[in-house]
Amino acid sequence: MSVMSSALFLAQGGGPLAPAPAPEFSIDPPALTAVWPVLIVLGAACVGVLFEAFLPRHQRWPAQVILSLLALAGAGVALATYLTDAPAGGETAIFDALVVDRPALFLWGTLLALALGSVLLIADRSVEPGGAFVATAAIRPGTVQDRAQVTATGMQTEVFPLTLFALGGMMIFCASNDLLTMFIALEVLSLPLYLMCGLARRRRLLSQEAAVKYFLLGAFASAFFLYGVALLYGYAGSVRLSEISAATAGSDRSDTLLFAGMGLLVVGLLFKASVGPFHTWTPDVYQGAPTPITAFMAACTKVAAFGGILRVLQVAFESTSWEWRGVLWGVAIVSMVIGAILGLTQTDVKRMIAYSSVAHAGFLLIGAIALTEKGLSATLFYLLTYGFTTLAAFGVVSLVRDGSGEATHLSQWAGLAKRSPLVAGVFTFILLALAGIPLTSGFVGKFVVFEAAIDDGMAPLVVVALIASAVAAFFYLRVIVLMYFSEPAADGPTVTVPGAFTTAAITLGVLVTLLLGLAPSFALDWAAGGVFAGR
Amino acid sequence: MTSSSNSWLLAALLLLPLVGAAVVTGLRGNDRVAKLTALGFSLAEFALAIGAWIAYAPDGARIQQHFSFDWIPAFGVHISFGVDGIALVMIAVIGLLVPLVIGAGWAEKLPEGRTAGGFFALILLEQALTVGVFAATDVFLFYVLFEIMLIPMYFLIGSYGGARRQYAAVKFFLYSFLGGLIMLASVIALYVMSADELGGQGTFDWATLVQTVSDAPLSTQIWLFLGFFIAFAIKAPLVPLHTWLPDATAEAPIGVAVLLVGILDKVGTFGFLRYLLPLFPAASEALTPLVLVLAVAGVIYGSLLAVGQSDMKRFVAYVSIAHFGFIALGIFAFSSQAMTGSVTYMVNHSIATGMLILVIGMVIARGGSSRIADYGGMAKLTPLLAGTLLIAGLASLSLPGTSSFISEFLVLVGSYPNAPVYTIIATVGMVFAALYVLWLYQRIMQGPLRGAALVGATGGAAPATVEGGGGVAVATEPETKKILDLNSREKWVLAPLVLLIVGLGLYPKPVLATVQPSVDATMCAAGQTDPVQSAERQLQCP
Repeated sequence: MSVMSSALFLAQGGGPLAPAPAPEFSIDPPALTAVWPVLIVLGAACVGVLFEAFLPRHQRWPAQVILSLLALAGAGVALATYLTDAPAGGETAIFDALVVDRPALFLWGTLLALALGSVLLIADRSVEPGGAFVATAAIRPGTVQDRAQVTATGMQTEVFPLTLFALGGMMIFCASNDLLTMFIALEVLSLPLYLMCGLARRRRLLSQEAAVKYFLLGAFASAFFLYGVALLYGYAGSVRLSEISAATAGSDRSDTLLFAGMGLLVVGLLFKASVGPFHTWTPDVYQGAPTPITAFMAACTKVAAFGGILRVLQVAFESTSWEWRGVLWGVAIVSMVIGAILGLTQTDVKRMIAYSSVAHAGFLLIGAIALTEKGLSATLFYLLTYGFTTLAAFGVVSLVRDGSGEATHLSQWAGLAKRSPLVAGVFTFILLALAGIPLTSGFVGKFVVFEAAIDDGMAPLVVVALIASAVAAFFYLRVIVLMYFSEPAADGPTVTVPGAFTTAAITLGVLVTLLLGLAPSFALDWAAGGVFAGR
Repeated sequence: MTSSSNSWLLAALLLLPLVGAAVVTGLRGNDRVAKLTALGFSLAEFALAIGAWIAYAPDGARIQQHFSFDWIPAFGVHISFGVDGIALVMIAVIGLLVPLVIGAGWAEKLPEGRTAGGFFALILLEQALTVGVFAATDVFLFYVLFEIMLIPMYFLIGSYGGARRQYAAVKFFLYSFLGGLIMLASVIALYVMSADELGGQGTFDWATLVQTVSDAPLSTQIWLFLGFFIAFAIKAPLVPLHTWLPDATAEAPIGVAVLLVGILDKVGTFGFLRYLLPLFPAASEALTPLVLVLAVAGVIYGSLLAVGQSDMKRFVAYVSIAHFGFIALGIFAFSSQAMTGSVTYMVNHSIATGMLILVIGMVIARGGSSRIADYGGMAKLTPLLAGTLLIAGLASLSLPGTSSFISEFLVLVGSYPNAPVYTIIATVGMVFAALYVLWLYQRIMQGPLRGAALVGATGGAAPATVEGGGGVAVATEPETKKILDLNSREKWVLAPLVLLIVGLGLYPKPVLATVQPSVDATMCAAGQTDPVQSAERQLQCP
């Protein structure tokens, strides 16, 4: 973990060099109220670790589930309480490391709600007896002990604190005031995810391969990010976003440092957001990871990563946008084209949704590079809609099973509507939302993003995006065709009747998708609540 | 919430089929009850449509029976509906066709595992959405309904259609969806432009948009025009964006084919009139040659391919493509005469082609094949069916005395002053029409009894059975299959159409009087004047 250690070194060394005012060494009480949600989540994660250490094995699962849900609810209450008298312009907290402004609060709320759905999926033990996670991760796959533990009912309950740690990292990530906090948050959110990807109960080799792949590529991306931070520090003499922005305004410093630094930084961010062509990990990891973790990654990581991208682009680099926007135009086009076209060739449901997420990342990037208030609120709204839809999508994927676990091959979904009309209907609705059909949240999200883009003079990009949407619609439709118009195979999979947790998670995702499609006004108002502090 | 007088009629027209669809879905366990309920709802809807027509004052406000309330205030989106004369006659045609389609689909052999209740519920849902598309007066709402109405149709084709239904359903959906998405870019651009004009908050209200953006620079207008035009040209369909229609028509169940050709396709030509001309007058004029070339190409291409078809359902699709060429010609010839002709053509095409499809469906139900070559001399077995096919065919070729003649005549006469060459070429299409209709009739109905569908090979295909009723069994030769003539249900389905074809052919005034003021308003909004001023009727713009 040389990446981590160098980060810590920089974090220690960066403080005195920064020309920021000398930090006050007393924690300001009002500043702390702003970050209670983060503190609750991270604190609960630490308690969860203690539970693992001290509770007997059979008590851990209920204790962890209750703790996680309480932590999310508590963080939500803290957030709602803070919102009632939050300063409109935002405020900084914890030695100016975090900035809690309206977009950050919106992202926190979104992350907490999505994490609630994910925890419900993770906690489910009805779909797969014992849960989707391996009982003892240390046993080597394929051994006699391993075959025995497939039927064991226990699971590695460390998943819960790991989820909370990742969530805490995500929340810090999109509220970071400087690039070093952002980097540490990136590692805090990534390391638990790498681990959780490898914990699948079934198909363990595939799962572990996904974990290694994600870890290696993620480490590369982190290195890119860090190198970018270093170059930007050399350019601006500070890692604080607002000071980088100030440095770009009419200085005679080296543009090479600026754009090389920014390029490396953005590559790291785009990797996390699985924007093509930095998406190569996405299909493998989405396919191999336990489905609840895939849901968590697809929903929450996307939100956090785009929260970070929005903040970096809008706060630090807005004034130089005419230099780099063309490049990100290209990246958005590549991402949409890769997602839409490679999605056509997929035969696995989870991989198909992975490519769909790459295409969606392209749409999101369009909103992110419309550097206007509208672009910000549109992208935030899109993140909200996409998160819930994709959460529900993976929830449904986890229900369709055969003897060897989840039946993710598309051919196994043939004729599903005959066996289980409800599940097929729900999945059809989700697919239509992903395709952006009106009266679903997916359409409203696309609409606001494209509106912001056209308003900011990016009409050609929007036309490309619309054509990509039409191409992507084909692979969503193909699944609908399979489910409704094909004859079921004789030895096809069965649809598991989900327990309360999974039912709740899918219902949450579907209801939000429907609600934001029919009456999006309230959420649009939330998303348009304010701009980033320091712009 | 704002509303004008009689808006409850329109609201009821929108809600009744929705309620019907929900009720019929609930009753789908019992086929007979579900069918009767669906028929009841569709007849009530028809009665409402007639009521709305009576309540409509042709010389009153442009948009009547209007109501509106906020949907997404952040983007100035309203749920707002209202009708002008053009929308009203289309809604009435929907109201007429749906009960007939339900009647025609009464004994439809559905694929295994599907219920008639589900089938009819989807048809009622489609009806509600198409009424909404014609009545929407908010461009955003129009777009939403324009896309949503694909979904029930997709399931109608994909779940209840013929052998290649999956392919046809997906092709239909993707074509229309792509067109819609391109239109979305233009819709958003309209909003952004209106926000610039109005200062801050934009609007999607159709009337306000017409006032604010119709004077945009030509180059902008052309881009936006093309966005809408591609969507409508796919829907209408104009050559070369038509290839989904023959597949969809051929694979759809008969009733669904009627809705597809009779109603859904009209959204395209309706869009020309309601959106293209008033919103982009300069671009409409500048791009007229493009549209006219496509229109005339459609007339000739559709006619030629109709002659060459070996499948009856595909035959109807190509006939429709030819007719849509005429309609587009009349709209873009920019004279109130031709445009009135086009609007009445939209009505009469629904009636005539709708009847043609229904009759062909009855032929196919008897013979069990849609190949023309499988039939011959059928008139000997089913004289009544032969007669109705002839009537539907003659209406399709616009024989004087049928309702289509008046429309086609108005289109050609009105188009000649502005577009003489195109009109002359299109007239050739009329000659082809006589050829393809009469030849089809001759091959199926006349001559000696022949064809695999009628003259059964011993032990071959199962004899086609038609559910009993008032039919008369005629068996001229021992090996002939038992084929019955029209039963009373089928007579009830076809009789209203025959009456309308003849009635509107002799007395077209009710339709003409209703659409005329709206056509004039469209002409004025498009900034056009009549090339030839007639003494008895002059276009007067405010």
